[in-house]
Amino acid sequence: MLEGIFRILSDAIYFNLIKEDRYMLFIDGLKVTIQLTVFAAIIGIIIGLVMAIAKLTNNKILNRIATIYTDVIRGTPSVVQLIVIYYAILGSSQLPKLLVASLAFGINSGAYVTELIRAGILAVDKGQMEAARSLGLSYAQAMRYVIVPQAIKNILPALVSEFIMLLKETAVAGYIALDDLTRAGNIVRGRTFDPYTPFILVALIYLYITSMLTAFMGRLERRLRQID
Amino acid sequence: MIKVVDLHKSFGNLEVLKGINTEIQKGEVVCVIGASGSGKSTFLRCLNLLEEPTKGEIYIDGISLVEHKKDINRLRQKVGMVFQQFNLFPHMTVLENIMLAPVKVKRIPEEEARRKAIELLRKVGLSDKDDVYPSQLSGGQKQRVAIARALAMDPEVMLFDEPTSALDPEMVGEVLAVMKQLALEGMTMVVVTHEMGFAREVGDRILFMDEGVILEEGTPEELFGNPKKERTRAFLSKVL
Repeated sequence: MLEGIFRILSDAIYFNLIKEDRYMLFIDGLKVTIQLTVFAAIIGIIIGLVMAIAKLTNNKILNRIATIYTDVIRGTPSVVQLIVIYYAILGSSQLPKLLVASLAFGINSGAYVTELIRAGILAVDKGQMEAARSLGLSYAQAMRYVIVPQAIKNILPALVSEFIMLLKETAVAGYIALDDLTRAGNIVRGRTFDPYTPFILVALIYLYITSMLTAFMGRLERRLRQID
Repeated sequence: MIKVVDLHKSFGNLEVLKGINTEIQKGEVVCVIGASGSGKSTFLRCLNLLEEPTKGEIYIDGISLVEHKKDINRLRQKVGMVFQQFNLFPHMTVLENIMLAPVKVKRIPEEEARRKAIELLRKVGLSDKDDVYPSQLSGGQKQRVAIARALAMDPEVMLFDEPTSALDPEMVGEVLAVMKQLALEGMTMVVVTHEMGFAREVGDRILFMDEGVILEEGTPEELFGNPKKERTRAFLSKVL
């Protein structure tokens, strides 16, 4: 009985990981997933910052553009956005798939980051802007040196949480044939006809990374509370 | 130095200022008193366009603020402001708070700005607090840093919006002492205050505001000693 279980396990490990160096598929997939998440997060922060400020200025056209952007992105599935951006907008160009996917996920994440940053900026006391302006700083300077640094500090934990979401969201990158971690699981399953082992492995890897990020978020929250 | 002509300010349907006319001379200390809701703070905030006037004109050194809205950042450098709630930047040290505007707006080299900031801190009696964050300071210390921060831009006039109203009673004195010293050095000051003792001692002229207008003005002796209007008498009898 015990020997039977041991047999099943060692077979599973052999066929899914060792044979034909299949563990390399998981490692390469993980690399792609991490690169994709990091690039998308950077693009998301930049878009989010710009759009949050566009939403908060008095310029009606900028307000409108930013609102349409966040409404469209938050109101449609990310898989659909990914496919549309890949085929319709960038599929014809020679850009690497990883870059196209980063852009798609960055644009997606940016909409959520926009709302986070906007809320963070609104939470900064009104007197801060008044004090900065009364010293002769322009609106842009006041934002850059006084308001945004405080807003970022307020929303840092929520931002980490957004990037945990983003990491999991990138699992659909396989739709445009990008070999990320989830797709690696799929490829191995196709070779071994074992649906459980590869995806349990994939799930454990995702879980490991997200729990590290969650622990980091907890530490960050405690640190920030100490500073205040 | 400052001339205000028929200044009106409304918030929606609520008219807060109903035609203010006054002139403030260089080196003069003008104290604005009056009940809450009389428009004193709004009047002060109009003087550096933190509130935009609905109607009327404000001239600083003969330049109209209303017509030169585009140059407002340059004009505001002439007008320092101190707030009731201090409004120090909590993510910066005391020195960084003071240096920010000189370095970023006036483009003064950092070393020079630092030297000046240290000097200003000494002047307000806080020479050992350079690298401390605002959250570690008492209310009185915060307000003195805020005064130093405004002075760092070498303003020609300083506006004080109830600078001691948010302070514990034992800290009021240290802030008023700094303001008094500034007045003695010849700084032009407009002070909205409930500190009648300070207004009487330091003020060159007192404006009594009521329901959006300057109801009565005069030297402290005239206004506190012999108020002409019934409303002024009623107000003073409550606060003195």
